[in-house]
Amino acid sequence: MQVNMKVNGAEVSEEIEPRHLLVHFIRDQLGLTGTHWGCDTSNCGTCVVLIDGEPVKSCTQLAAMAGGHDVTTVEGLEVDGVLDPVQEGFMQCHGLQCGFCTPGMMLTARALLNADPDPSEDVIREAISGQICRCTGYSTIVRSIQWAANHETSVSLESAS
Amino acid sequence: MQVPAPIEYERATSVEHAVALRSELGDEARFIAGGHSLLPMMKLRLANPTHLIDINDLKELFYIREADSEVRIGAMARHRDLLDSELLARHFPIFRDAERVIADPTVRNRGTLGGSLCQADPSEDLSAVCTALDASCVITSSDGQRVVPMHAFHVGPYETAVANNEMLTEIRIPLRPGGGSAYQKVERRAGDWAVVSAGAAVWMDAGTIVDGRVGLAAVGPDTTSIQPVAEALAGAAPTEDLYQRVGEIAASNCSPETDGRGTAAYKTHLVAELTRRALRTAVARAQRQEV
Repeated sequence: MQVNMKVNGAEVSEEIEPRHLLVHFIRDQLGLTGTHWGCDTSNCGTCVVLIDGEPVKSCTQLAAMAGGHDVTTVEGLEVDGVLDPVQEGFMQCHGLQCGFCTPGMMLTARALLNADPDPSEDVIREAISGQICRCTGYSTIVRSIQWAANHETSVSLESAS
Repeated sequence: MQVPAPIEYERATSVEHAVALRSELGDEARFIAGGHSLLPMMKLRLANPTHLIDINDLKELFYIREADSEVRIGAMARHRDLLDSELLARHFPIFRDAERVIADPTVRNRGTLGGSLCQADPSEDLSAVCTALDASCVITSSDGQRVVPMHAFHVGPYETAVANNEMLTEIRIPLRPGGGSAYQKVERRAGDWAVVSAGAAVWMDAGTIVDGRVGLAAVGPDTTSIQPVAEALAGAAPTEDLYQRVGEIAASNCSPETDGRGTAAYKTHLVAELTRRALRTAVARAQRQEV
């Protein structure tokens, strides 16, 4: 079947098998390997992408279900060579070690900051609670998101909307 | 790598279209809402539909509203909507109690009330919530609608009263005076399935429980509604002795199994204790001692 959707602002139109999962469509068919594929059981959250601005585990969605919607992957965070404040925050505050959970964490952080520009630590921890990090103990991820909240720019808010 | 077996995919544009597709595509077609129960089962070949009918475009099923002394919830209301709804929190605080501990925020962005009830997993929390609240289900087909009470909605594990040409479209919860409700869940880790959950709802008048229900999850195939509990609660004064007794009744009316989440004895203990806690909170809320 044919599926049409917007991925990081660009229209894509591809032939897919209906059973194709969104995570594999993004990685294998579109070649956007920034989206990671982890547990395959909607537990770990490394495959999180934004669908119409909301974090969704792409291992548990069919690519067909994303048809007609706006998908944002980690590749869509940087615009014209300018990193999103969330990406900058993860660099500044050592928000990653191995980096496997990082794409999903950063996208959830972006969605959170769009909805709540000044989240408390509890709100941040709740927002990322469906995503597993085995390196950082989460503290530096929370700090990275707080850094981003304190350094939001109009550019990042526009690009994410 | 886990992928579902080959399927055909259709996207419904209205309830009418959805039930027409369901009738036309035969017994092995399934609706897909959030997909967070169905797709994992398809990956494991525990569910093998030939067709999926995507109902995520049915915007007419995304509401939570008050009408005719009921709260009416569209089948596509997502967990996140149920968690955020001030209307539900005001009338039925059991929803927010339960939704806080169902899966995680990302999963709650997709999973739906209708999908949860139709999945009819004995470990699923919202079936216990809806049964405790005496909800009923509106089932729609091309011939019209019928309304089925929660206790008749679940036919057995993973089986509901929804026939192959029908669709669950709305959940109705009666608004009655003096109501209070609460949910208690023990899980191994945040966002996991319940080891045991207990939901309680009571309706009070002049310090007495007029009517009350307890629904349990994860302790057997038919524990969302326990009739002896309702009998013990009707007309009773809300005392610790009563909670103790009802906890024991609940514990003797469930059939938990020993598994990775705990022994049957531990789960039975939890049923009694969580039932007591849920009842205590439900009564306190009914008496407006807390919100």
